[in-house]
Amino acid sequence: MSIPLSWYLILAAALFSIGLFGVLSRKNAIAILLGVELMLNAVNINLVAFWRYTDPAKMTGQVFAIIVFAVAAAEVAVGLALIISVYRRRNTVIADEIDLMKW
Amino acid sequence: MTADQIIFLLCAMLILGSALMVVITRKLIHAALWLVATLFGVAILYAILQAGFLAVVQVVVYIGAIAVLFIFAVMLTRREMLDKGVQTRSTWWLPAILGVLILTGLVFIIIGQPAFGRSAGEIPASVDTLRNLGAALVSPDAYVLPFEVASILLLAALVGAVYVASGNKK
Amino acid sequence: MNFLNDPINFISGWMRDLLTGWGLSNGLTTAIIYFIGITVLIIFAMTLDIILVWVERKVVARFQDRLGPNRIGPFGLIQPFADIIKLVIKEDITPAGADKLLYNLGPVLAIASVIILWAILPLSSKIFGVDLNVAVLYLVAAGALGTLSIIMGGWASNNKYALLGAFRMVANMISYEIPMVVVLLIPTILANSMSVQDITQAQSGMWFAILSPLALIIFLISAIAELGRSPFDLNEAESEIVAGFHIEYSGMKFGLFYAGELLHAFTFGGFIAVLFFGGYGGFFGLEKVGLFSWLNNPFVQAVVFLAKAMFGYWVIMWIKYSMPRIRIDHMLAFNWKFLTPLALVVLVNTAILSKVLAGLPNWGYALGMFFSNIVIGLITIEILRAYGRKQRKAEGNLTLQSAHNQEQAV
Repeated sequence: MSIPLSWYLILAAALFSIGLFGVLSRKNAIAILLGVELMLNAVNINLVAFWRYTDPAKMTGQVFAIIVFAVAAAEVAVGLALIISVYRRRNTVIADEIDLMKW
Repeated sequence: MTADQIIFLLCAMLILGSALMVVITRKLIHAALWLVATLFGVAILYAILQAGFLAVVQVVVYIGAIAVLFIFAVMLTRREMLDKGVQTRSTWWLPAILGVLILTGLVFIIIGQPAFGRSAGEIPASVDTLRNLGAALVSPDAYVLPFEVASILLLAALVGAVYVASGNKK
Repeated sequence: MNFLNDPINFISGWMRDLLTGWGLSNGLTTAIIYFIGITVLIIFAMTLDIILVWVERKVVARFQDRLGPNRIGPFGLIQPFADIIKLVIKEDITPAGADKLLYNLGPVLAIASVIILWAILPLSSKIFGVDLNVAVLYLVAAGALGTLSIIMGGWASNNKYALLGAFRMVANMISYEIPMVVVLLIPTILANSMSVQDITQAQSGMWFAILSPLALIIFLISAIAELGRSPFDLNEAESEIVAGFHIEYSGMKFGLFYAGELLHAFTFGGFIAVLFFGGYGGFFGLEKVGLFSWLNNPFVQAVVFLAKAMFGYWVIMWIKYSMPRIRIDHMLAFNWKFLTPLALVVLVNTAILSKVLAGLPNWGYALGMFFSNIVIGLITIEILRAYGRKQRKAEGNLTLQSAHNQEQAV
C-alpha cells in the first residue's frame, strides 16, 4: 500500500467540513439531517483508517465504527419521525418556522 | 502514481463531489440521491482499506435503510413551494468561511504530524479480520458491553420512532 | 492444469502470457483480464435471461393448461428474439415533467443490482467471479440497491399511481429483508462461514435443506416477496394500480425492468440451490467413489448447479401461477407478526442445537436438527389454528349479534 495515512485523514476532514456547512446553512430540517450524516461518515472513515494503519490485528477501530453505524441509524430514525410528526401539526419542515412552543 | 493511488483519488473525488452536491442542490430528493452516491463512495473506501465486512454493512445499513428512510421522509413532507427558491439561509457565507477555516486547521494539524505520513503495513495472512471482529463483538474481555448497550439503544429508538410517527393522540 | 479441469485459470494464464509477451505491464494485464472476465460473465447472465423469457412463457402456459408460443421456430424457441425486437422498435416516451436523469437511471440500476449478484454465484468450485468472505451479506446489499432503483423509477415518472406502487413495493421489500437476513444466518451457522464456497463444501455430507427445512421455507417466502412476484405483487398488479411503478416506462426500458425481474428470480433460485441444496456439489459423498469422479469436473458441476437453479426458479414460478394476490396490509402483517418471530425462533433453535448436538455422528446431528424443525413447525401450526379458531368465533359472535339487533329492530 503506498497511500499515506494523511490522505485518508484529509479526506475525512474535508467531508466533515462539507457536512458542517450543510448543517449550518440549510433551511430544511431534513437537509440538516443529511449534513449530520455526512459528518458521521467522515468520523467513520477516520476510525477505519486508523484501525488499518495502526494495529489491524486488534479490532477496536472496526468495532467503534460498527457502534457508530448503530447510533447513526437510531438517530436518523428518531429524527425523521420527529420531523414527520412536526410536519403533520405545523405543515412545515423549515427549521426557522418551527419556533413556537406548544400554545 | 501507482494504481492504488489512482483508485483512491477517483474514490475521493466521488465522495467529495457528491457531498458538495448534497449540500448545494436545490431539490431535496436529488440531495438524498447524492447522499446515496457519497455513501457508496465511502463503502468503496472501506473496501480499499481491506475492511470488507464494513463495506457491505455500510451498503446494507446506510444505503439500504437510512437513505431509503430519507427519501420516504422527503416524499412525505413535500409541499409544492418547498423546492423552489433558495434553499440556503441568507447568511450562508458565514458557515462557508467557518467550514474552510476548520478544514485548513485540520489539514495543518494532519500535515504537521510526521507519524501520519507512513504507509500501511501488510496484514499478516494468519490474521482473519472477520473472525476477529466477530470474537471482539461478543467476547467478555473485548467489546460485548458496548455491543449490548448499542442494541438497547436501537430498541429504544425503534419504540420511540414508532410512537412519535404514529401520531396517536394520548 | 488443463482446460477441462481448471478453465478459468488456464485461460487467464494463457492471456497473461500473451499480453505480457506483447509488452504490456503487469498491472495493465491484470486489469484487462479482469475486464474481459467481467464482460464474459455479464454476457452469460444476459444470454441466460433471454432463455428465461422463453422458459417463463412456456411454463406459465402449461400451468394454465395451454400450449404457449409454438409458432415462431420449433417449440417457439425464437419467441424471445421476437419480443426483444418488438421492445426495441417501440417509441421511447418520456412523460412530461419527469425527472430525466432519474427516469433513465431507474431501469439501469434495476438490472445492475441483479447482475452484480452474479459475481458471487458459484457455478463450480473453479468457475466463479470472486470468493468473497462476506458473500451472504453481499446478497442482502444487492437487494438494498434494488429498492433504490424502484424508488427512482416511481418518483421520476411524475405519476401518482407510479409513486403509490413504488411506496408499496419498497415497504414490502425492506420489510421482508428482515426475515431473509435472519434466515441467511442459518447456513452461516451450519457452515461456520459466510463464503458461498465454504457453504457449498460444508453441504457435501448433508444438504442444509434437510438440516433446516423451516429455514428453506422462510427463505423461499422472503425471496418471493423481495422479487415482487405473485402472491406478493400488489405493487404491480395490473388490475389494481395499473402496473405500479413501471407504468410510464415503454420500450426497452420496460424490457430492462422485465428482464431484470426474471433474471433476479433465477438468481434467487441459484441462491436457494447454493444455500440449501448443495450448490454445484452435494452428492452425499458420491463423488469420492472412483466410478463417479467425473462429478468433480468443473463443467459437470456447472451443469448440476444450473439444473438446481432452474428447479428453484420453477418452484418460484409454480407459486406465482397458482396463488392469488395478497393485500398489502395482510402482506406486512404476515411479515411482522408471523414470519419474523418464526425466523428468530428457528435461528435461536439452530444456534443452540448446533452446539449441543456437535458431538454426535453425522446422521444423529442431521436427525436432531430435522426433528427440532418439525417440532417448531407443528407448534406454529397449532398456534395458528388456535388463532384462527378465535377469529372465527369472534366473527361468529359478531354476526350473531347483528342478527339479534336486526330481529329486535324489526
